Amino acid sequence: MIPSDPKQVTQICFDRIRIPNQRRLEVARANGAYRFLPTVLNEFTPEKIIDEMKKSGLRGRGGAGFPTGLKWSFVPRDTGKPTYLLCNADEGEPGTFKDRDIMRYDPHLLIEGMIMAGFALNVRDAYIYIRGEFKREAEILNEAIREAYAANLLGENILGTGYTMHLTVHRGAGAYVCGEETALIESLEGKPGRPRYKPPFPAVEGFYRCPTVVNNVETLATVPAILEHGGDWHAAIGVQNSAGCKIFSVSGHVNKPGNYEVPMGTTLKTLIEEHCGGLRHGSVPKVVIPGGSSTPWLTAEHYEVPLTYDDMVKAGSMLGSGAIIVMDETTDVVAVTRRLSHFYAHESCGQCTPCREGTGWLERLMLKLEAGKATEQDLEVLSDAAEHMAGRTICALADGAAAPVLSMLKHFPDEVRARLVEKAA
Amino acid sequence: MSAVETPRFSQERLEEIQALVARYPGARSALLPVLHMAQEDFGYLSLDVQRHVAEVLGLTLIQVREVVTFYTMFREQPCGTYLMEVCTNASCMLNGADRLVRHMCDKLGIKVGETTPDGMFTVTEVECAGACGGAPVVQINNEYHENVDEAYIDRFIDEARGKGGKA
Ligand SMILES: Cc1cc2nc3c(=O)[nH]c(=O)nc-3n(C[C@H](O)[C@H](O)[C@H](O)COP(=O)(O)O)c2cc1C
Ligand code: SF4
Ligand code: FES
Repeated sequence: MIPSDPKQVTQICFDRIRIPNQRRLEVARANGAYRFLPTVLNEFTPEKIIDEMKKSGLRGRGGAGFPTGLKWSFVPRDTGKPTYLLCNADEGEPGTFKDRDIMRYDPHLLIEGMIMAGFALNVRDAYIYIRGEFKREAEILNEAIREAYAANLLGENILGTGYTMHLTVHRGAGAYVCGEETALIESLEGKPGRPRYKPPFPAVEGFYRCPTVVNNVETLATVPAILEHGGDWHAAIGVQNSAGCKIFSVSGHVNKPGNYEVPMGTTLKTLIEEHCGGLRHGSVPKVVIPGGSSTPWLTAEHYEVPLTYDDMVKAGSMLGSGAIIVMDETTDVVAVTRRLSHFYAHESCGQCTPCREGTGWLERLMLKLEAGKATEQDLEVLSDAAEHMAGRTICALADGAAAPVLSMLKHFPDEVRARLVEKAA
Repeated sequence: MSAVETPRFSQERLEEIQALVARYPGARSALLPVLHMAQEDFGYLSLDVQRHVAEVLGLTLIQVREVVTFYTMFREQPCGTYLMEVCTNASCMLNGADRLVRHMCDKLGIKVGETTPDGMFTVTEVECAGACGGAPVVQINNEYHENVDEAYIDRFIDEARGKGGKA
């Protein structure tokens, strides 16, 4: 049970995650799933729901942190076209593995959140776009959806309220860029996942050129608690401008890697030392990538930073998806950067020249640097290429590609220089 | 699975596809799921299979081809009975994924991307599998194996060989 006193709340999405067989409707219902749904469908108006979402201060958990209530309020109501709701379960940002746990352990939480969101947005057809590799998770979701249909929680005239919503699980097929919302839409239309120019934004012209809302799994899974307890309740959890709890996926050199949901404002150090059992070697991390591989690195200097949207920006990075990759003193930062550069070069969709060419350059130069064959001049080209990619492309993948390289150059100039051909020889 | 006959979906599959198409505003949306089905049924997506998929969904061959080549999970070539995909992205790398790949390749006598001569094992490197808390992660025929070490791989390969090549 999530406490109704916001000060007592320590988790939201993971509240029921450890209950055995929670994925089964019967068990989920016995533990409160869908309890508040009839009230929402019978007594709430779409306006009230959007209002509560705005008050809640919930910000999108997929990476960009856009206020959810505001996003929903952008959907035009009188277009005569259907509105679509798409759940982003692509979970491809390296370091991120939180949505998978919600889907495999508590799928009904996501389904309930989607029904409530769908009702607020007048959606008839909703989809969960899940990364293709999560085949098992897609099966679990499909089974949960079958159960929900059988109990009239989905389909025609849900619980006799007059609201109809259909929900379909759609598997991607291995392309990181499809996590970007407009690429996701292209992919769901059966095309290669190439991001679209914006505007128009999906809220106005998305799936089949109709109004479309794309939200992350964790975002949608937070909706039932907000509507049951109220927007003000949620806003009182966490800190100003970073309301609520957040799941952090912690991996790398910690003793107990895993997903930890904590109130926003918890410090990075507390998360790593009290929840993750500390580092494997040494007492402070060498590098922490705080929000997925596309976010700038933090070092020991920021070990005590509170995990909030604003504090992360102040520290020079981003909260991103909440994927924290921890590296201890044994880490070869050049090798890690080279590996990430390979990732972005492999995943660039190739539409924008700075990204297509830039990611290739970064990978080739990083390979050279790692092998001890790079020159002073190569280093200049590397830094130049990285600086000039960001902000000049259709989507943010190019910024993500530049982040590790720029971070490595900024924080570890000595280690980098020691690898140059003159020094390495 | 034989490549000699022209591949055709079973009647059951065709019905499944029809029901799937009805869930989208347009039939083209069913392309990715139908390609997943085709790969499951026929092993890989030969040009013949792609032509069949195009026909079933009322698409052009080029519309199918551009999707098959864009997404890494779709294979145009056959692979081993056991497709072993090792994640070597950051978190797995920090937990010894590169050593694991070397070990697998040495044990099987192949390079990354190759299949053993008996057609049993293929080893590839893949991007973050979204399971970094269990690093290093290996997907074997689409099933996740987490916290994998050399001994685990040895056991898996030996057991698979013991079964005489059936997955
Ligand atoms: C290259 C790229 C990859 C992305 N991958 C994901 C992803 O895997 N999951 C996700 O929820 N959002 C991802 N996003 C963010 C989405 O574009 C979008 O902001 C998000 O789904 C909106 O949902 P939210 O407001 O609930 O966070 C990605 C963005 C970019 C630029
Ligand atoms: S930035 Fe890169 S991935 Fe994004 S649209 Fe441009 S080329 Fe494609
Ligand atoms: S880095 Fe290997 S699963 Fe994420």
